[in-house]
Amino acid sequence: MTKKFETICITTGPTEYSDYVTLNIGPIHPAMHGTLRVITKTDGETIISAKPEIGYLHRGVEKLGENLTYTQFLPITDRLNYCSAICNNVAYEMAVEKLLGIEAPPKAQLIRMIMMELARIADHQVCVGILGVDLGALTPFFYLILQREEIYEIFEWHHGARLTNSMGAIGGVEADLPDRFHEKWPKLRDSIRKANDETDKLLTHNRIWMDRTIGVNAFCGDDALDWGFTGPMLRACGVRRDLRKDEPYLMYDKVDFDVPVGKHGDVFDRYMVRMLEMEESIKIIDQAYELYKDFPEDAPLMKKVPKIIKPPEGQIYHAIESPNGELGFFIKSDGSDKPYRIKIRPPCFMVYQAFEDLVKGEMISDLIACLSSINVIAGELDR
Amino acid sequence: MADWQIDLIKVVFIWTWALLIAVVMTWVERRASAMMQDRVGPNRAGPFGLLQPLADGIKLFTKEDIIPKRARKILFILGPPLFAIPAFSTYAVVPFGDKIVIGGKEIILQVSDVNIGFLYILALSAIAVYGMVIGGWASNSKYSILGGLRATAQLISYEIPMGLALLTIVLLYGTFSLREIVLQQQGTFLGVLPNWGFFKQPLGFIIFLVAAYAEANRVPFDLPECESELVTGYHTEYGSMRLGLYLFGEYVNLGTLAAVTVSLFFGGWGLPYIDMSKFLGPISYGIASFLVFFVKQAFFLFLFVWVRWTVPRFRYDQLMGLGWKALIPLGLINLFITALLVQLTV
Amino acid sequence: MNLKERVKDILGDDLLVMAEFRGDLCIEVPSKRLTQVLARLKEEGGFDFLSDIIGIDNIDLYVKKAKKGKKEADEKEDVVDIGPPPPRFEVIYLLLSLSTNERLQVKVSVPEDNLELPSITSIWRAANWPEREVYDMFGIRFKGHPNLRRLLMWDEFQDHPLRKDYPLEGKGEERHLDYDVA
Repeated sequence: MTKKFETICITTGPTEYSDYVTLNIGPIHPAMHGTLRVITKTDGETIISAKPEIGYLHRGVEKLGENLTYTQFLPITDRLNYCSAICNNVAYEMAVEKLLGIEAPPKAQLIRMIMMELARIADHQVCVGILGVDLGALTPFFYLILQREEIYEIFEWHHGARLTNSMGAIGGVEADLPDRFHEKWPKLRDSIRKANDETDKLLTHNRIWMDRTIGVNAFCGDDALDWGFTGPMLRACGVRRDLRKDEPYLMYDKVDFDVPVGKHGDVFDRYMVRMLEMEESIKIIDQAYELYKDFPEDAPLMKKVPKIIKPPEGQIYHAIESPNGELGFFIKSDGSDKPYRIKIRPPCFMVYQAFEDLVKGEMISDLIACLSSINVIAGELDR
Repeated sequence: MADWQIDLIKVVFIWTWALLIAVVMTWVERRASAMMQDRVGPNRAGPFGLLQPLADGIKLFTKEDIIPKRARKILFILGPPLFAIPAFSTYAVVPFGDKIVIGGKEIILQVSDVNIGFLYILALSAIAVYGMVIGGWASNSKYSILGGLRATAQLISYEIPMGLALLTIVLLYGTFSLREIVLQQQGTFLGVLPNWGFFKQPLGFIIFLVAAYAEANRVPFDLPECESELVTGYHTEYGSMRLGLYLFGEYVNLGTLAAVTVSLFFGGWGLPYIDMSKFLGPISYGIASFLVFFVKQAFFLFLFVWVRWTVPRFRYDQLMGLGWKALIPLGLINLFITALLVQLTV
Repeated sequence: MNLKERVKDILGDDLLVMAEFRGDLCIEVPSKRLTQVLARLKEEGGFDFLSDIIGIDNIDLYVKKAKKGKKEADEKEDVVDIGPPPPRFEVIYLLLSLSTNERLQVKVSVPEDNLELPSITSIWRAANWPEREVYDMFGIRFKGHPNLRRLLMWDEFQDHPLRKDYPLEGKGEERHLDYDVA
């Protein structure tokens, strides 16, 4: 009864349900990042219900994991969140290291940290840029994407790939920071800051931008925890939770950084959280680089691991803070050279399941804004 | 030469000119946006990519013309021309120069100086909506219908503030003829300011400009065809030259709106403080007045591009809110004040 | 009080097995008492965040064990008892305490002849899609789930691809089609 009453309140129009238009957004649609699909029921422009359909990019990554050796699975993890492949790589490597009971050498940890934070900046840049594009502001996207290319340059110098990085190996990283990194980073830092600044000038206090984002699909922190939100989405709702602070891994406990937190959990807060996190990432890289400098050049980068990795029987779960939130790998080993079961906990999977709650009663334009601000990556969502 | 021959020449000239502006505008849009976005832009076809619009035109012409099976065929075909033709036709009453004297014959640089030029512009810009609505309806696609729906609501509600802003101009100059209005804008008032509509009606100008952006379907008002939500709105199902006509009509429309803005608010062909006819020969004066008009028009065309690549887009309800809650009251107040002032001064 | 003792305290008789590996604590609870156990862990144990739900197919572990047992038996020329096969499936609930940052794996066994578990969507709404995924991949049904449809595979798909007997090559679901014809 209450349900019906609500619907009438929203529509204030005809109450026959047949009058709603079913609008099928995606899987081929310019704003559906990758291959997402939302089946919406609309009353004019107002969304009555929105049912996300996923699985269009399902490649059976977990089944693949069960049939590949531990090392062979590493390149597959690139294809999860392809905007920040390094974070996936490191998350997987660290999970296997935990299973083996080893820890990467400190210098390798710092290199991983630097690379991961660079990947985080790149990921946030894409997310903020695409959010702008989907709201009609195309220009900031190009400012940000240019800097992302520069970041990819560093990746290319380090491990030879730009997008699908496959960085590092189980037990450490394969290479030291490239020589060119030392000159590149101070320049890159300034240009990233400049690009962020330009974006900030163009968007943050823009009246239209504020109208479009403030208060749009706001979400309560308790609800967010109930739905299993993590990462920027959760922090925008006002919950201070960051695995880098709460469950420090690598050397995050040795660097000093803030965790930006929003208030209302609306699109604007998510945008701001991401913008501020980029600045924090720059700070982390600077500090990690200072720590890195203390190590001699021939400090070990790899822990000794056997050529064929055969972890003992057991099961572990290890999670890191990827740009989108908690990225966890659950690995069960049966003592052979292949994992018995790999389960990936993708951050946007949990966020996306609350999509209907997020967009109900809003307009079609807000649905697009919401989708971009969640930063759903189909590769990670469908696995 | 007979009068009809001269008229024909003028029609052909302005038609070509409007086409040329539209063609060049597509190039300007790309290059200017590239400039603003740290990109290079199209630079392969011809010098500076100047032949790019031509290449695009050829591409659009040679593409397969697809009419969706479930579309309403006649309306589907009717849509694009209905959108493009009014845009061209508006040029008929825009004075694109003062006059040119050839062989003792005085030729007014305007296709036709009708005394209801104003109403003609308003009427035609209202017709252009039908091109979008019919196109969106006939496509038989939900995105297109939503686009058409948005177009209807948007264009009809922005017609009103535009009309209100134009009415103040009519009150001010006491005529519906555009040529008369431009002639009255020559010279100065209060000693220093050019006698332009812009200085006499700043608020009216702002209302008109906002309404003009809304009429032209450009960011921040490009809701009928916003890419990220409605794919491309009312022309989602169109392809080949039918799509070309829509895209092209949009640029012609820009040119028209810029020309109307210049004529109404920026003194048309006249330069401030300088009377060109004093020291220029009859023919060169005609050409110079046209060039002055063109430079002003070009500035407003560039402004369209500039704004498009700077701001995000409105949401549907915010757009309607701006139209009905801000622009119309402002327009009414402006009209009231203008009427009062005119009444007091006359 | 450390985590182990606390969990023991809260669960009492419901706690079947407790194992620790590399610092990850894993407990097993009876599937019938699952909702109550998780609710108590949430209310009293402070495990207020559901991280993920994981399904595991254990058939290969048993097959491997049986092979090993047979090999041993051949060597010793004696019968080696490998025990009865364990319940084929198990489902692991990953819990997290936001205040203490402790993680807990709660395991329930699901025998092949009764592929049913109570849904915990009433405790955590976050369980919605993970439960659907487990259903999709392993065919374990969750009683009380608001919308238990396939999530990643398409609706017409017949099989459950993460089961260990789903072949790597070819269309595994065709086994079922053949079966239907015969």
